[in-house]
Amino acid sequence: METVDQIKDRIEAALPGVRLAIEGKSLVVDRQHLLDVARFLKTDSELAMDYVSNLCAMDWLPSQIKTRECDREVVRNLPGHLEVVYDFYSTAKKHGPVQLRCRTEGREGTPSLPSITPLFRGAEFQEREAFDLYGIRFEGHPDLRRILMWDGFKDFPMRKDYRPPDDYEWEPTPHDEVLQQTKKHWPAPPPAPVKPA
Amino acid sequence: MLGNGMIQGLLVTARNLLRSYFDPECLTTIQYPEERRTLPENSRCFPFLVYDGTPDNLRCVACKICEQECPPQCIYIEVERDAKTGKPVRRPRVFDIDYSVCMQCQICAEVCPFDAIKMDQIYELSGTDRFGGMLMNKGALLKSNEYYHQMHPTEANEVDARLSQSKKKASPPAAKPAAAPITLQSAPPPRPTPSAPPSPSVPPTPPVPPKSDV
Amino acid sequence: MIQPLTMPEQGYTLTPKEDAIETQMLEVSMGPHHPSTHGVFRMDVVLDGEEVRRLKPVLGYLHRNHEQLAEKMNWLGSIPFTDRLDYFCSMTNNWAYCLAVEQLAGIKVPERAEYIRVIMAELTRLQNHSCQAGFLLSDTGAWGTPLLYAFREREKILDLFEAASGARMMCNYMRFGGVRADVDDDWLAAARKVVENYPCFIDELEALITGNEILLARTQKIGILPRELAINASITGPMLRASGVDYDIRKVDRYGIYGRLDFRVPLGEVGDVYDRYYVRILEMRESVKILQQALRDIPEGPSDAGVKMRNFKVPVGDGYGRIEGPKGELGFYLVSDGSTRPYRYHVRAPSFINLTILEDMCVGHKLADAMVILGSVDIVLGEVDR
Repeated sequence: METVDQIKDRIEAALPGVRLAIEGKSLVVDRQHLLDVARFLKTDSELAMDYVSNLCAMDWLPSQIKTRECDREVVRNLPGHLEVVYDFYSTAKKHGPVQLRCRTEGREGTPSLPSITPLFRGAEFQEREAFDLYGIRFEGHPDLRRILMWDGFKDFPMRKDYRPPDDYEWEPTPHDEVLQQTKKHWPAPPPAPVKPA
Repeated sequence: MLGNGMIQGLLVTARNLLRSYFDPECLTTIQYPEERRTLPENSRCFPFLVYDGTPDNLRCVACKICEQECPPQCIYIEVERDAKTGKPVRRPRVFDIDYSVCMQCQICAEVCPFDAIKMDQIYELSGTDRFGGMLMNKGALLKSNEYYHQMHPTEANEVDARLSQSKKKASPPAAKPAAAPITLQSAPPPRPTPSAPPSPSVPPTPPVPPKSDV
Repeated sequence: MIQPLTMPEQGYTLTPKEDAIETQMLEVSMGPHHPSTHGVFRMDVVLDGEEVRRLKPVLGYLHRNHEQLAEKMNWLGSIPFTDRLDYFCSMTNNWAYCLAVEQLAGIKVPERAEYIRVIMAELTRLQNHSCQAGFLLSDTGAWGTPLLYAFREREKILDLFEAASGARMMCNYMRFGGVRADVDDDWLAAARKVVENYPCFIDELEALITGNEILLARTQKIGILPRELAINASITGPMLRASGVDYDIRKVDRYGIYGRLDFRVPLGEVGDVYDRYYVRILEMRESVKILQQALRDIPEGPSDAGVKMRNFKVPVGDGYGRIEGPKGELGFYLVSDGSTRPYRYHVRAPSFINLTILEDMCVGHKLADAMVILGSVDIVLGEVDR
């Protein structure tokens, strides 16, 4: 299979206006062109990436990167964002993977990405899972509902700043955070007296 | 012929039925409470603490590695402190394992550098108290090295060889008792065979009040 | 609950009957505790008479946020939790996770450990596929007999697992860079005996059910999954191969020692339930071949790479490791920030994604066929819901 650089060059030549960045083994694509790039990967006769194996969402909190440039310490503030990683393989040519990354703008509100479900049916449940656990709204998804959590659930439990609700059951051997939580509930309040009917 | 496949299938069941009268391979079930299978040596259930000789002489030094590594976090250890000086001595004051949370993964036994915690083979445990009933305190967890030898002979011999080797290497000075022997609330008698039903005399410890020094 | 429904576009019309009775569609909620749903799984089925018009799977009853648990735990601590993903195949789950970590950390696995892993994985495949045939049959109405014959054989394999790893189902056996405990010659002899006798059992199972006319009537031309849709919907495992796509990760990635082993990949032609059943039977025969080779050639040597498990750290980076599990492609996407815990831990669960096209396969069939089709997908809810 071609290297990442070759794939990048070919995509940029074929799709004018698309700018890709390379991070490690993966190609970073912006939101507007994700669908075009995915369609190119699928239809290109040499790549023939007909199979999206894995779709994984990630949460990156705002962070700072300190680097030294020209004997000065430079601090860069990285805004927080949600990221989705796609692993494409080809069942016809039996090669792969080509890894695509796409990032949302910020992580507050309803960050959104285009859905690749119209192109790859296999992304349907995986995008629903990413929406459920991370709160990424996939534009163009035919049936974007919660899949693992129940419908009335409010928060997104896989985000890094998710705090579970304070409804711990008392544990006999508590540790660390659980211990702190338990202290609030221990000793348990006496059960409410049962009213005579 | 229509029905041929069904007749063939019925022949298979008939053959199995007849074979089950004289071929033990065909009759794999056993009458459980009366009959028990002999467990393979590697078989594991819940963890226990090993002591050498007397129950005071336990191998655990309260290093808390197992507590940190335990995936479901069912181990709770407190270090014993010297009554006069208040300095920690190398033994646990509290060692609790919550069997209702433990998932028998053997990671505590794997990471223990002192071979102090090993896996038991007693699987017949049940209780009616959901929260405190399966909480095993140190007294209930302590079992002798001989018991360990009975259960996992190969592994125990390896462990003994390793321990005696490291003792020789270290050539320690005459061992002096580090602290006054603790009184055990309820040391159960060593069970004769691993397959014996568990003694019901292990009283559950009272719930551990959360300690602030963790 | 009877509800009038707006008609979906996809090619059917509700014609009034001759006696002009208003017909309505019936929405049935099947599950979560239905004997044919293989666990706590619910299907919202819209029926027109007995025909399925729409089917929406409802998941999450067994959801425990496995991924977040793993992100709060050190690298070693997740291995026993992977056992609980697909509780039928804990060995392959362990292997997939260890493979992903090994790729990320660059650990070389010794030869003997690779052989032991292959032996364990193929034994897992044998017991999974034989039980799956049993479950499929109990979905078609053959309660008990085939399933219990399969369980009888599975028992022998579980005994092997227990002798090697200490537990029958939650094996927790593989470690980064090898396996936890070496197997001895007695174990290998016992495994050889089980493998030797296994073809007899497969023959017996086939004599029992393959030619059975009821099974043929219930499974042939039912739930056809076209080849293009199977690829497009990321279907993996025996389901994909039953649709005629030659894609087996053991052959494609050649992880472990599979590149050196001689086996073939069985393919289906039609892609119906029967093909899925029969592909699994043929895969068992190939697994026996693999096991015979592995048990013959297993070399002496260390069974792990001596990686220190305590405070195990993985260099910064990310990676996706996948294996061909009995249910399909089981992958782990891991991101490490160099600490003792994974920053991101994602499971690509085969039976979760294989459920995507359940509706497409069921629409137009009878409700009773929907059970059979679901049975042929081979799901385990521990893995679907995670």
